Amino acid sequence: MRLRRTRSSTGTGDGGIERLYPRGFWSTMALPGVVWIVALFLVPFYAIVATGAGGVDPIFGTARPEWNPIFWQPDNFLWVLRDPNGIVTPVFIRTIWYVVAAVLACVLAGYPVAYYMSRLTGRRRNIFLILMVLPFWVSYLMRILAWVNLLQNDGLVNRLISMTGLLQPQEWLSGRSSTVVLGLVYGYIPFFILPLYAALERIDKDLVKSALDLGASPADAFRRVTLPLSKQGILAGVVIIMLPMFGDFFTADLLGTSKNAMIGSLVNLYVTTFTQGASQGRGAALVIVLSLVVSVLTLYYLINTARASREARA
Amino acid sequence: MTVQAAATKPVPLLARVRGWLANPWRTPRFLAVYSWLFLAWAIVPVGIAVLFSFNAGRSRSSWQGLSLRWYITDPDQSVLHDPLLHSAVLQSLKLAALTMAIATPIGVALALGLTRWRGRVSSGTNFLMLLPLVTPEIVLASGLLLVFAHLYTFGSVTLFGTPAQLMGHVTWSIPYVVVVMRGRLFGIGPEYEEAAMDLGAKPIEALRRVMLPLLAPAIFAAFMIVFALSIDDFVTSQFLFKDQTTITIPMLIYGTGRTGLNPSLNAVATIMLTLSLTAIGIAAVVLQRIGRRRGSAEASAAHELVRFEL
Repeated sequence: MRLRRTRSSTGTGDGGIERLYPRGFWSTMALPGVVWIVALFLVPFYAIVATGAGGVDPIFGTARPEWNPIFWQPDNFLWVLRDPNGIVTPVFIRTIWYVVAAVLACVLAGYPVAYYMSRLTGRRRNIFLILMVLPFWVSYLMRILAWVNLLQNDGLVNRLISMTGLLQPQEWLSGRSSTVVLGLVYGYIPFFILPLYAALERIDKDLVKSALDLGASPADAFRRVTLPLSKQGILAGVVIIMLPMFGDFFTADLLGTSKNAMIGSLVNLYVTTFTQGASQGRGAALVIVLSLVVSVLTLYYLINTARASREARA
Repeated sequence: MTVQAAATKPVPLLARVRGWLANPWRTPRFLAVYSWLFLAWAIVPVGIAVLFSFNAGRSRSSWQGLSLRWYITDPDQSVLHDPLLHSAVLQSLKLAALTMAIATPIGVALALGLTRWRGRVSSGTNFLMLLPLVTPEIVLASGLLLVFAHLYTFGSVTLFGTPAQLMGHVTWSIPYVVVVMRGRLFGIGPEYEEAAMDLGAKPIEALRRVMLPLLAPAIFAAFMIVFALSIDDFVTSQFLFKDQTTITIPMLIYGTGRTGLNPSLNAVATIMLTLSLTAIGIAAVVLQRIGRRRGSAEASAAHELVRFEL
């Protein structure tokens, strides 16, 4: 892949292919896409800020975005930070611990699978990979629905439990945190495993071999060679699953009750409420707080990746 | 001799287990068992949900015989006869078809433009275009909801419903199209166009008669991927819907998953699963063909799909 890329870039060198086309040909080609992304990605982002920093329409009692930064007001952000009704803080704390628990479970349960996958070869690897990729293309909602079926009071899980007689049947869907965390793990773990697999597969097997030749025990070789070399993959996987988990509300809604509401549930509730004056603005402020958390994560990941590739080149 | 002795000597169980776990050059057996069990855990629940869509009884958990009752034959509650289920399938299909038709051409043109056009705007767009891939969907959906409520309005008429949902899906899909196309564009290189123009083709002709056929399989794969993305989308559709007629299949699952009393919901979900997996299967086959023609050893379709998923 890298070879190809260098070839084509030297090919496009000085008298490059772009010169063969009339001036402005390619920019015209890209124009619809650029316009689309500006109008329907950048402007909406600005609209979130404008609504969060806006006020309430005095006549209709609806949220009124303030497009001019000069008139921005901090009220909604202060409401989120001060949390006078004690709504936001508990939900925020719950979200963080659900996400942390689910991510930890994904790392512990997913690492061995990714490792195994990286050791497979040939036909068996292709079959495993295809089965592993399947969940990507089954709607997330359908996969959670599958668990709603299984975990109902008269569902298969409870039937299995009473058949073995080891445990008492449980009300799994009555607002248990463990059920919601299980749902998050089930939903997002494929997205953790695949980037990690990609990283593990890139590791030069001769490095592990030399460690063994030099007298390291297999466990040592894993701990001091494979694990450090797969750190970037773990990090990539963790960030990739953390981003959507922070915005998740459907898992908690389908597998739990209002007791399990996550920050996404609050956003969903507030942003889609048009009638009661301040709520849409508060929802927008929540989205901004959420985006900040998420962008800190993304930034950390990007900086880390950049540093790693610099070190690799040095 | 010693080898034989070692082989016949019974190895203590604990040591044998430790040997399995520790030796990285033998087939990692416990890893194998664990990993295939994991795979079963990932797939079986969905399989059970599909199975119960063919249940003859009302239960979503106890098997009462095979039937198409929840698809066709039940006069009130089957997908065919329940207007809500029926319209959800149609709305999902409508959105997916329209998204496919709009997002793919825009994305292909953008990918072509961005790989050839150098300048500050171009690199800015490159960066901007990747942002939707790392933005939680709820953030973009909230933003879209706010612009459709407060900015892109026409008097008291808003775009909520199919138009807004469609625009949301397209925004969401464009980056994926660009990523798929860009991979292919790097693979082709500029030689073909150069040759065409050396032979006297005008730029437009070179693009239409040389590049387009070369890109056709990738474009087709992009169509399929966009279709699957749109069919499976939930958050954007949910935030931008208008009334009962603009409810999609995932929205229906979200709305009635906990209260639904019969397997017709599973039937709708199974229809969705079949649609998106078929589309992706076709895309995978096409991408694999390209890979094989490119002659690379690593050209497994699964690999292609994994790569652009990242």
